[in-house]
Amino acid sequence: MIIAERKPLEEIRNMLAGYKRILVVGCGTCVTICWAGGEKEVGILSSQLRLASSKDGNELSVMEAVVERQCEKEMVLEELGDKVQEVEAILSMGCGAGVQTMAELFEEKPIFPALNTTFIGMPEKEGLWLEMCGACGDCFLDRTGGICPVVRCAKGLLNGPCGGTRKGGKCEIDPEKDCAWVLIYRRLEKQGRLALMRKYYEPKNYRVVKRPGKIEALEA
Amino acid sequence: MGGAKMARPFRETLKTKDFIVTAEAGPGKGSNTEKLVEHVELLKDRVDGLNVTDNQSAVMRYPSLGTCLLIKEHGGEPILQITCRDRNRLAIQADLLFAYSRGINNVLCLTGDAIDTGDHKEAKPVFDLDSVQLIHLVHTLNSGKDMVGNELDGGVDFCIGASATPSADPIEPQLLKFQKKLDAGMDFIQTQAVYDMDELKRFMENFHKMDNIDGVKILAGIVPIWGAKMARYMNENVPGIYVPQYLIDEIDQAPKGTKAAKGIEMAGRLIRQIKEEKICDGVHIMAIGREERVPAILEAAGI
Amino acid sequence: MTRENKKIIAFCCAESAYRAADRAGRLRIRYPDNVRVIRIPCAGRVSVLHILKAFEKGAAGVLVMGCQEGACRHLTGNIRAKERVKYAKDLLKEVGINGQRVKMVNFSPDMAQKFAREIEEMAEKIKEE
Repeated sequence: MIIAERKPLEEIRNMLAGYKRILVVGCGTCVTICWAGGEKEVGILSSQLRLASSKDGNELSVMEAVVERQCEKEMVLEELGDKVQEVEAILSMGCGAGVQTMAELFEEKPIFPALNTTFIGMPEKEGLWLEMCGACGDCFLDRTGGICPVVRCAKGLLNGPCGGTRKGGKCEIDPEKDCAWVLIYRRLEKQGRLALMRKYYEPKNYRVVKRPGKIEALEA
Repeated sequence: MGGAKMARPFRETLKTKDFIVTAEAGPGKGSNTEKLVEHVELLKDRVDGLNVTDNQSAVMRYPSLGTCLLIKEHGGEPILQITCRDRNRLAIQADLLFAYSRGINNVLCLTGDAIDTGDHKEAKPVFDLDSVQLIHLVHTLNSGKDMVGNELDGGVDFCIGASATPSADPIEPQLLKFQKKLDAGMDFIQTQAVYDMDELKRFMENFHKMDNIDGVKILAGIVPIWGAKMARYMNENVPGIYVPQYLIDEIDQAPKGTKAAKGIEMAGRLIRQIKEEKICDGVHIMAIGREERVPAILEAAGI
Repeated sequence: MTRENKKIIAFCCAESAYRAADRAGRLRIRYPDNVRVIRIPCAGRVSVLHILKAFEKGAAGVLVMGCQEGACRHLTGNIRAKERVKYAKDLLKEVGINGQRVKMVNFSPDMAQKFAREIEEMAEKIKEE
């Protein structure tokens, strides 16, 4: 799923400076699961905004809403409907795709992002998410025991560890993080597939996903 | 080129010389090349090749390519270090063509230290290629074609080097990558700093068991120690370097004012042992800002 | 809002703090009357949003009062409450409200004096600012 983090309140307030009626819109999918932009976080941010502006003596009306999936136009329209007409600006607590979906639907309104979309990952334990996929469009996991070197190696190396590996197989840039290639080595060793690590892999094809990405599929 | 005499091509040295010595010239930050030229003048006739670091430790500096030109102009034999961190495959190929056109014929292919270790931490890391892919790329250029198969109008013929890390822990994944470099075809290997000769011997034993090692010369990395603090700092902060405690104690016990002489003696001793016991084919001295002490180290080593 | 009617909201766990408050009343221990006690089944019931809402509605201080650590009837409700209070402090600081205006306190049911003391302390704190 997509992992995001909320921006600092000050940055959000600077974006909203001058607007008196706003709508804070959360998303019920990925960012709900990673505690960044679900119903609860919409409530917290809205409450903070009200408290901060009343402390400054400014009037700010904050409406709240949550769309089940902010990156789906139909769902956004169904949930928000007329609410958008009542406000001057929209603060999205969705990922970058959610923000842009709403920006397209409500072209006449300024849309501001309250989150920084950070990566595609998985929950490791409660409150901790780890990056797992870089959406590179050319999956390499068959060769690496299901551990992605594109994002889990700090340098995205495809042919093995760099010389910077720290004692005990930790990463050059962070002694708290494992070297992805040491993990790959151990996994492949366990599976008796170390021959995969001896193979040479060509430079990655960065044209697989032509930016901006677009995929058309047939309905089954 | 000021009529400077031509240095012996490094490839020839690799084939004919018993004990090969290279050293490192680290460019500074700024366009003032005075000190750099001083180091080059001092070292060019005493070593077989002079490596130039490429934004070493991800710290922005005077370029590797420009320094190699300076070395060439002063009659030395430059070894161009290229990392994958700051350039994509187009830029790397273009730089290699330029280098070769100006008589720079040796290249050391490196991954490059992570952006986070340097002084421009917010920069975008490139790593379009990795070091193994870079070695393959140089071979492709050597064959007269670019990476995508276009003919080159005027080819190149680089002598190709790479690095290895004998002190890595765990060593197995490193050896597998090292094997890929050998499979690609290497002329020479310059290792990360080694201090423990048993470790170097173990690394060489591993090397001799590997495939595609014919004609590959191994130069052991020598980083002189100038104090116990520096050694401890490297142990804690420089991955792949391990200074044993007895060497830290030795430099620590040297009286104040004699540390430099002690560091020179210790580095000289390591080199002498490598040479006398024929542990590997030579050494690569990285004096990191103290290049002026390299001649004394060589004297201490009896070279 | 004037100084006199600055409100304190005390979320009190029914198992401990609420009983301590009750006892304080029966023992006629005096404490400031600008406190509004809210009975909750467990301190773990209080969310960050409850705390923020209290401030939004005009509270000047919030106390989350749960059982002693290790004595929670729901095992970790009081630990969760402690973490949430910590989180709420950061959120309040971001808004420019002193983080000391929200506090987690642990009780056993017999701590009537402590209940009164905590209310007094918070009342003093909100008076100062």
